[in-house]
Amino acid sequence: MSVPSPSTIATPARTLDVNRVRQDFPILRQLRQGHPLVYLDNAATTQKPQVVLDAISRYYTRDNANVHRGVHRLSEQATVAYEGAREKVRQHLNAADVGEVIFVRGTTEGVNLVAQTFGRMRVGPGDEVLVSGMEHHSNIVPWQLLCQEKGALLRVVPFTDAGELRMDEFERLLTPRTKVVAVVHVSNAIGTINPVGDIVRLAHERGVPVLLDGAQAMSHLSIDVRALDCDFYAFSGHKLFGPTGIGVLYGKRQWLESMPPYQGGGDMISSVTFEKTTYNELPYKFEAGTPHIAGAVGLGAAMDYVAAVGHDAIQTHEADLLAYATEVIGSIPGVRLIGTARRKAAVVSFVVDGVHPHDLGTVLNEEGVAIRTGHHCCQPLMARYGLPATARASFALYNTRTEIDALRHALENAKRMFGA
Amino acid sequence: MSDLRELYQEVILDHNKRPRNFRTLDPADRRAEGFNPLCGDHLTLFLRLDGNTVAEVAFQGSGCAISKASASMMTDRVTGTTLEEIEALFGAFHAMVTGRPGDTAVSPALGKLAVFAGVCEFPARVKCATLPWHTLQAALKDQKSIATTE
Repeated sequence: MSVPSPSTIATPARTLDVNRVRQDFPILRQLRQGHPLVYLDNAATTQKPQVVLDAISRYYTRDNANVHRGVHRLSEQATVAYEGAREKVRQHLNAADVGEVIFVRGTTEGVNLVAQTFGRMRVGPGDEVLVSGMEHHSNIVPWQLLCQEKGALLRVVPFTDAGELRMDEFERLLTPRTKVVAVVHVSNAIGTINPVGDIVRLAHERGVPVLLDGAQAMSHLSIDVRALDCDFYAFSGHKLFGPTGIGVLYGKRQWLESMPPYQGGGDMISSVTFEKTTYNELPYKFEAGTPHIAGAVGLGAAMDYVAAVGHDAIQTHEADLLAYATEVIGSIPGVRLIGTARRKAAVVSFVVDGVHPHDLGTVLNEEGVAIRTGHHCCQPLMARYGLPATARASFALYNTRTEIDALRHALENAKRMFGA
Repeated sequence: MSDLRELYQEVILDHNKRPRNFRTLDPADRRAEGFNPLCGDHLTLFLRLDGNTVAEVAFQGSGCAISKASASMMTDRVTGTTLEEIEALFGAFHAMVTGRPGDTAVSPALGKLAVFAGVCEFPARVKCATLPWHTLQAALKDQKSIATTE
């Protein structure tokens, strides 16, 4: 066997062949109102490649049974598929061990789990939980509930007009009363990539653990939880080309060991009597009930897909889309971009003089262009900008410059229609 | 494009650009706030009553073209009508915008409001059209809480 020369060693591609990638997503082949579907609502959810659909179908066709229990062959197959997916997640996140990878329904459940177990254990009267002003409601409300219950205070790190966190304020707000920091990695509303490395470092210097909301970050960035050194990282599978209803909470083993269970039920126990229950080991202590096995399998397939396309290739492609969209959309007269941070993921939020975002969304839809309009579940962020809503185009690896041209065309039509 | 033109008729676009009765009334007999949490549409409605009849109605706020035009045209339509007539109008309006496309027999009482018939093709926009009406109802009932379409 000859030793392969470096050029023939299979490594993920550095560049992305977007036409080939598009072939992998069957939903993109359809026409809408006679126009090719231009799907620019990836921050809400991403489309699924055929390999994910096949993996789910194959699981139900070939392997379906309940996990961890049966001694029959199908149950073994289902368990192998489910735990195999967990191992894929571990690798994708570079977590130290699979015990730190908890399957949940999504980011929201991940945050709630941490707030209701870790938070309840750690936060007391007069303590503070520190979040940022650009959080999604799902990283605000769980902490609000906790603070109300405990008589604690929710403190908020402000951000600049450009949409960058005020790190000076972050440092100022980190006090001996701060018991948890919970910050979004990438803003779903305006695309800001927050300096989470600095956030974790500064918090840890003061002994404060950090949860990162990774819902948006996962599809845009390569995530290494050990390099980030965050204490918790939560994300949703459906924003990473996987199915809905499955997500992951990563947590450091030392914290997870110390935390009480979130929900009680089957699978999370070692033994049960009416007097006493012994909880199962990690990660099962936090996975009560039959899990979303097919969802986990689909998520594993999605992670394989992303790895095969290559993080570098995806980031290069998306950086090009972001630069192009910023230029093309930002240069339309009457359009104002909301969120112009120096480090951004491929999300462009904007408002158009004289055309309400909601009307824009409806008019664009008639040209097959799907964008999101509204407050993007970030009402405090919208209030900070003094806006009731924005229009948001969010991109993924299958989007093209041609689609951004279609967006511009539709925007210009909308402006004409409303006499703006 | 035809559905879109059906939705955004010239008269709607006109009321969006130049909303009628777009001001405050001070003093007002009734005042109510309406809010659509989904899209952030927000309006305040002011009423002056003469017995059982709406003598004057005005509104303020921000919202999409559909909600703004709906509020504008509603204020035009209900000025001088009785509370019972308003109740019937809201019923007819609601039936029109939530009806199945094509089979809606639009009540003649709606008059110019019939331009909103196209809304039924756009289920996501029904609440934009009905928010002013929900707010009007809240004002007439002297409801203190913010009216929503939920």
